[in-house]
Amino acid sequence: MIAEKTKKIVEKEKRGRRALIAILQKVQSDYSYLPAEALDQISLSLEIPPAEVYSVATFYKTFGFQPRGKHSVTVCLGTACHVRGGARIAEELSGILNIKSGETTDDGEYSLETVNCLGCCAIGPVLMMDGKFYGQMTPLKVRNLFKGPQAVGK
Amino acid sequence: MKKKTDLAELKKAIANERNDEEIVIRVSGGTCGIASGATQLKEALETEILRQGLRGKAVVSFTGCQGFCEHEPLVTISPKEIFYERVKPEHAADIVRETILGNKTLDHLLHVDHTSGQKIRLLGDVPFYKKQQRELLENNRLIDPTRILDYVAVGGYEALVKALTEMTPEAVIEEIKKSGLRGRGGAGFATGIKWELCRGSEGSSKYVIANGDEGDPGAYMDRSVMEGNPHCVIEGMIIGAYAIGANDGFVYVRAEYPLAVENLALAIEKCRDYGLLGKNIFGSGFDFDLEINMGAGAFVCGEETALIASLEGRRGMPRTRPPYPALSGFAGCPTNINNVETWATIPLIIKRGARWFASIGTEKSKGTKIFSLVGKVNNTGLVEVPMGIKLSEIIYDIGGGIPNGKEFKAVQTGGPSGGCLPKELLDLPIDYESLAKAGSIMGSGGMIVMDEDNCMVDVAHYFLGFTKGESCGKCVPCRVGTGQMYEILGRIKEGRGVPEDIATLERLARTVKEASLCGLGQTVPNPVLTTLKYFRYEYEAHIHEKRCPALSCKTLITYVIVAEKCVGCNLCAKNCPSQAIVGVAKKPYRIIVEKCAKCGTCLELCPAKVGAVKKASPVPVLEALEV
Repeated sequence: MIAEKTKKIVEKEKRGRRALIAILQKVQSDYSYLPAEALDQISLSLEIPPAEVYSVATFYKTFGFQPRGKHSVTVCLGTACHVRGGARIAEELSGILNIKSGETTDDGEYSLETVNCLGCCAIGPVLMMDGKFYGQMTPLKVRNLFKGPQAVGK
Repeated sequence: MKKKTDLAELKKAIANERNDEEIVIRVSGGTCGIASGATQLKEALETEILRQGLRGKAVVSFTGCQGFCEHEPLVTISPKEIFYERVKPEHAADIVRETILGNKTLDHLLHVDHTSGQKIRLLGDVPFYKKQQRELLENNRLIDPTRILDYVAVGGYEALVKALTEMTPEAVIEEIKKSGLRGRGGAGFATGIKWELCRGSEGSSKYVIANGDEGDPGAYMDRSVMEGNPHCVIEGMIIGAYAIGANDGFVYVRAEYPLAVENLALAIEKCRDYGLLGKNIFGSGFDFDLEINMGAGAFVCGEETALIASLEGRRGMPRTRPPYPALSGFAGCPTNINNVETWATIPLIIKRGARWFASIGTEKSKGTKIFSLVGKVNNTGLVEVPMGIKLSEIIYDIGGGIPNGKEFKAVQTGGPSGGCLPKELLDLPIDYESLAKAGSIMGSGGMIVMDEDNCMVDVAHYFLGFTKGESCGKCVPCRVGTGQMYEILGRIKEGRGVPEDIATLERLARTVKEASLCGLGQTVPNPVLTTLKYFRYEYEAHIHEKRCPALSCKTLITYVIVAEKCVGCNLCAKNCPSQAIVGVAKKPYRIIVEKCAKCGTCLELCPAKVGAVKKASPVPVLEALEV
């Protein structure tokens, strides 16, 4: 099934080997990660060694090899966020979700990630949940996001 | 667009259709604006316009980022340019009724000047905008980036007509050379010379690339331009491609900028519809088309050879130069890469002339440059200023100074490749040479302001952590050197530094600088070297006294409640996530040091007029005091 779908993605792409990153991006957006089966299929379809596919996939930060949680939580650790206490936001989230950056909670609900810059520097520290931005965060505001009936993702 | 005159006719048609009486409400709809609720605001305003019977008399325009990002969502109402900030959807009805129908200003939505405390009514009078020279960014405010006709209405693509139908490729290059434009991405290489080299190279095909892999944390002007005015980037690229003799181009955008990708893709599609991309543009015989590529999260891909590798679908690792991309770039063909802001500046130069551009700025740094003014400054946002302006003018006159009465400590320019400049250098003119002389770089234009609460060892540690993670690993000095420096800075930060560490850091920094393969490694030590140069005493305090003068490094500080000041309101104890605060209501509370996680919530919550929670460093001395 995964192989079949991946094969179609590669066939649709006219640029061939050069489009490897675009293909990986498409697979990742479909599955939230890069399943091993998909990577093998890409190697077969593009007629390049699996090692080459993995070498590219592991180089770039946006690609993951484990399924992600239902909700994605991304903390910006750019400079502007850092000088306003971005690291404290990341620590707080780590504590609340009980996972480290790059991990997913056991119940599959949340994945936590840190990124170098979301480009919203003026409203830092910033975090992004399921595509929505939250600016000028503090550890207290983070805790409140996960509290009560209006908690994010509930 | 098949003929030279097609554009002028289109512009005329737009002008004829426009109702000059119509009031335009501009809502700033860049990523920052949307993050602050601009989409809902736009919808609310549209509903109110219809509800209050103003169809055809007032219209909402959802523009790109207007730059005053901390005060989003912003609204300007033309023709008077009344300026409202932090507008919420619930204000929409009032705005339409009072301001548009009633001609009255809503005082509570006006901007308050930090220095004078006065309320300001018109956009042009807001100090943040007043002292800028927004040549490039102005259109971000005026146009809806999804509408190509908005861009044509403000004179868009006129430079393209001029270049393609009135100038030879050589004349275009000559004009850019005369303007003195230098690359806005960091290195500051002369754009005209770069183009000339590429034009002179032999190759079956040639390519142009826009580098939109804006990787420097703290810099976001390229995002703002790609999102808010994508057509100016495209126009610049077509002109450049014509000058160089390239028929294909790529825009490489970083993965974190979905709105930029969306708006660029739409703009490219529209250009194809109007014949601005494709075959025989304006009947000139020149063909050109563009493709968007998304990055996948690798800082090093901002380096041109790494970016090309990534475009080719490979690991984004730099290679040795020469050969430069101008000789052998994408697919081994001559390739010209410029930063997004550089491309966006090209139409301005062609349209208004090299002489106009060269009249702005300093002897060697011409034109205006966009900086992202962020961090500990009152007016954060994107500012466009003439080169040569002083740091203090940006931070104080435009930025409104440091918030909460704190003391300015440093400004970090140039991202992870730049340096931290101290108070003594506030009069430094901003140009490529002066910044380099001070040990920093122009870089892409990030300007992160830090106050007395920011620890310089921590900042250096932060940047090294960043570059350690982003080093592609190809060459040893960068791969191993960044890791070593990061480790040493980490132990200094935690109070485990030894006196030799400073000398070791300096030696390592020099080696990494001299021996690394690409620009990343060669500039990585700058944050360490500049903080050591200007803030050495902070390193020494960490090493010798186990003290963090900025009260920032967690292991070296402790939180205390000053008993004389505490009113016993219980706010801190109630919200302490570690239950580390004890006490009885109305009596002074106390922090149990062993339980405290140092999250700072108590400090954040203690009312300013009480001010009972304090930080102290070094830790042992304080414990002695408590006893």
